[in-house]
Amino acid sequence: MKSKRFQVLAERDVNKDGFIKEWPEVGLIAMDGPNDPTPSIKIQNGKVVELDGKKREDFDLIDSFIAEYGIELSRAEEVMAIPSVDLAKMLVDVNVPRSEMVKYTIAMTPAKAAQVLGKMNVLEMMMALTKMRPRKTPSNQCHVTNVKDHPVQIAADSAEASLRGFDEHETTVGVVRYAPFNALSLLVGSQVGRPGVLTQCAVEEATELQLGMRGLTAYAETVSVYGTEQVFVDGDDTPWSKAFLASAYASRGLKMRFTSGTGSEVQMGYAEGKSMLYLEARCVFITKAAGVQGLQNGSISCIGVPGAVPSGIRAVLAENVITTMLDMEVASGNDQTFSHSPIRRTARTLMQMIPGTDFIFSGYSAVPNYDNMFAGSNFDAEDYDDYNVLQRDLKVDGGLRPVTEDEVVKIRNRAAKALQVVFKNLDLPEITDAEVEAATYAHGSKDMPDRNVVEDLKAAQEMMERKITGVDVIKALHNGGFEDVAGNLLNMMKMRVSGDHLHTSAIIDENFHVISAVNDCNDYNGPGTGYQISPERWDQIKNIPNAIDATDFE
Amino acid sequence: MTINENLVRSVIEEVLKNYQFENNGNAVAQTSTPVPETGGLTLTEGAIAEEGRKSDEVVIAVAPAFGKFQKTTIIKMPHREVLRQVIAGIEEEGLKARVIRVTHTSDVAMIAHRAAKLSGSGIGIGIQSKGTTVIHQKDLMQLSNLELFPQAPLLDAKVFRAIGKNAAKYAKGESPAPVPTMNDQMARPKYQAIAALLHIKETEHVVPHAKPVTLDVKFS
Repeated sequence: MKSKRFQVLAERDVNKDGFIKEWPEVGLIAMDGPNDPTPSIKIQNGKVVELDGKKREDFDLIDSFIAEYGIELSRAEEVMAIPSVDLAKMLVDVNVPRSEMVKYTIAMTPAKAAQVLGKMNVLEMMMALTKMRPRKTPSNQCHVTNVKDHPVQIAADSAEASLRGFDEHETTVGVVRYAPFNALSLLVGSQVGRPGVLTQCAVEEATELQLGMRGLTAYAETVSVYGTEQVFVDGDDTPWSKAFLASAYASRGLKMRFTSGTGSEVQMGYAEGKSMLYLEARCVFITKAAGVQGLQNGSISCIGVPGAVPSGIRAVLAENVITTMLDMEVASGNDQTFSHSPIRRTARTLMQMIPGTDFIFSGYSAVPNYDNMFAGSNFDAEDYDDYNVLQRDLKVDGGLRPVTEDEVVKIRNRAAKALQVVFKNLDLPEITDAEVEAATYAHGSKDMPDRNVVEDLKAAQEMMERKITGVDVIKALHNGGFEDVAGNLLNMMKMRVSGDHLHTSAIIDENFHVISAVNDCNDYNGPGTGYQISPERWDQIKNIPNAIDATDFE
Repeated sequence: MTINENLVRSVIEEVLKNYQFENNGNAVAQTSTPVPETGGLTLTEGAIAEEGRKSDEVVIAVAPAFGKFQKTTIIKMPHREVLRQVIAGIEEEGLKARVIRVTHTSDVAMIAHRAAKLSGSGIGIGIQSKGTTVIHQKDLMQLSNLELFPQAPLLDAKVFRAIGKNAAKYAKGESPAPVPTMNDQMARPKYQAIAALLHIKETEHVVPHAKPVTLDVKFS
C-alpha cells in the first residue's frame, strides 16, 4: 500500500525542486566548510605576508589582489585578534553605529568575514543588513525582457515599471544581435515612465561597454568576478582586467557594480573544495579592492545551487551582509527563479525585503516569467499585487507602489508611441499602430505580433555602424513631438558629465537629484532611527485599489 | 558522491513522460523506459585537429566527457542522438560536419569558439555533455556567440537538428532566423544543482593545455 498522505506531499511544489546533500570535497557546502582556511593575517613593512593561512609566495591571483588593495591594513591585526563571535555581536548591536562598525569590517580578511557570518542566525543577519546597507532609503530594480525581444513591448513594460517604482531597469536579449534595440527601447520607455530611472543592457562585456559609451544605457552590473583563480581564467579575465573595465565605465560617467554570488565556482567545477560563502567573501573583497562602488550578489544565476544544500538561503543572506560590511552598495539578488514553492519563494525574499537593501531585487521581473530572459525571477509581474500587499501588511517599504489600470494603460501607450517616432526618425524598421496598441494592453509577448526579425537584426547592426548615440535619440524624440521625454534623456546625458551618480548606492529622483550613501547615509541606530516611511509614502503603500472603503457603504 | 538517486530518477521520469519525440525522416526511437539507450555511438580519437581549409565544413566540438565518460544529456537524451541530429542538420544544408573533442576546457563558449577557429567556414558548434550548446563564429569575441542554448533541459532532438541547420546556413553566408528561443524559468530550481554535479564530473576530465583532437564518429 502507498500512503495517501505521502502521495499528496510528493505532488507539492516544493518536491519539484532539486535538493542535494552536502559534498564538501567539491565545494557543495554553503558555509563553514571543513576545508575553509583559518582566518589570519601577517603584515611586514606594510605588506601582507600571510593571508588566511597562506604565505605570500603561495598567493594566487585573487589573494595577491586582495592583499594589495582589498584590506584596510592599519587596523587589520587588531580586528583579526577580536573573536569572530564578538564582531558578530557588534554587527547586531544598535549601539554600534554603521560608521563605527565599518572601521572594523573593512579591516577583516575574507575568511574572517565568512567566519563572523557563520556565528549569526538569519534574524541577526537581517538586523546587520538593516544597519549596514549604505543608502538609508531602500530601493528596487527590475528586469524588462521578452522572448521575442520585441522593442515596443520593452518600451511599454519599462514605462510601467518606472511608474510602479523601480529605480533601475535591466534588460538582456534572447538573440545577442538585438542588443542595440533592447537598450534603446528600455532607455526611451523608462524615461517616459519616470524621469531619472537608470537603465542597463546586460550582454557580452565589450558590447555592453559600447552601448554605455554611446549613451544608450546608464549603468552596468554584469561584470562578473569569481572566488577561484581557475574560474576567473576560464572567463578570460583577472581581477586586474575587471578593475580596468570598471574604470572604463567610470571614466565615461557610467554607474557600475560588479556581480558575483555563492555557487558560481562549484557550478563551473572549480570550487577548490571551499564553502560557497568563503569563496563569495573573496569576490566581495575583490570588488572592494577594485575600487568599485557596489556589488550585485545573493547567488544570482546560481541560486539553484545554494538553494539545494542545507543552510544555503542563509548563506545567500550572509553574502549580502558581507557586501554592506565592506561599505558597498548591494543589489541583493532575488532575481532568479529558485523554487516551485510560493512558500519558499516568499521566505527567501523576506530576508532582504524586511531589512531593506539598496536594491532588494537585482531584477524583479517586470514581465511575466515566461518572458524573462534572465531565465526567470523570484517574483514577476504576476506577483505585483502580492508584493504590494506584503508591503502593506508589514509596513515595509519594498520600493514599489500600487497603480491603477488607467494610469498603466496610458503610460504604456505613450512609451510605445515615443518609441514609434524614435524608430521612424532614426530610419529603423517601422513600428506599426497595431504594435503600439498591442503593447499598450499586453501582458506578455504572447499578446504581441511578430516582427520581421531578420530585418530588425540588420537594422540593429546598422544602427551601431551608423554610430547612433543617445544624442540622436534625443533629437528623434524632440522632432517627433516628445519634447519632455527628450528633455529627460538630455538630463540623463548631463549626469555623465557631473558624475554625481557614481557615488556609492546612487539612484536618481524625478528631479534629477542624486540620492546616495553620501547625502542619504544610513544612520540606523535602533527603533525610531534610520529609514522611516513618510506619511505620504505610507499613504501610497496603504491605498491598494481593491481595499474597501467604509464610506462606500450606506 | 551523495547525489540523491531517487530525485534524479523522478526528474528523469517526469521529463521522459513529457518528452515529445519528432516523427520525421530520421525519427528518434520512441523511448518508453527511463533507462535510455546509450550505445550505438563509437567515438575514436585521432590526430590533433587541424585548421580546416574547406569553406563547406562546420566543426562540431564536444566537451571532454561527451560520449566517453557521460553518455546522455541532463534530460538523458543519448549523446548518439545529439550528434546524429546536429550532423544531419548540417548535411541537409549540403555542408559537411567535422567532429573534434576539446579537452583543455569544459567551458561551452571556449569549446565552441575553438571549433569556429578550426572550422574552414569559420562556424563552429560547441556541445557540453549535459547538452548546453553554442553556435560560434571565429571572428567574434569568445564570450559572444551567434546563438546560445543555455537551458540544456529544453534541448530536444528537433532543436539539435535546427542548430545544425542554422550553423550550416551561417557557414554559407546566409542570415537565418535564429532557432526560436526557449525559456523555462523553472528549469533552474529543478536542474541547476544537478547541472553543477554533471559539470563537476565533466570538468574532472579537463586536461590543461591539451590540444583538440579529431573524432571519428560511427553510429550503429
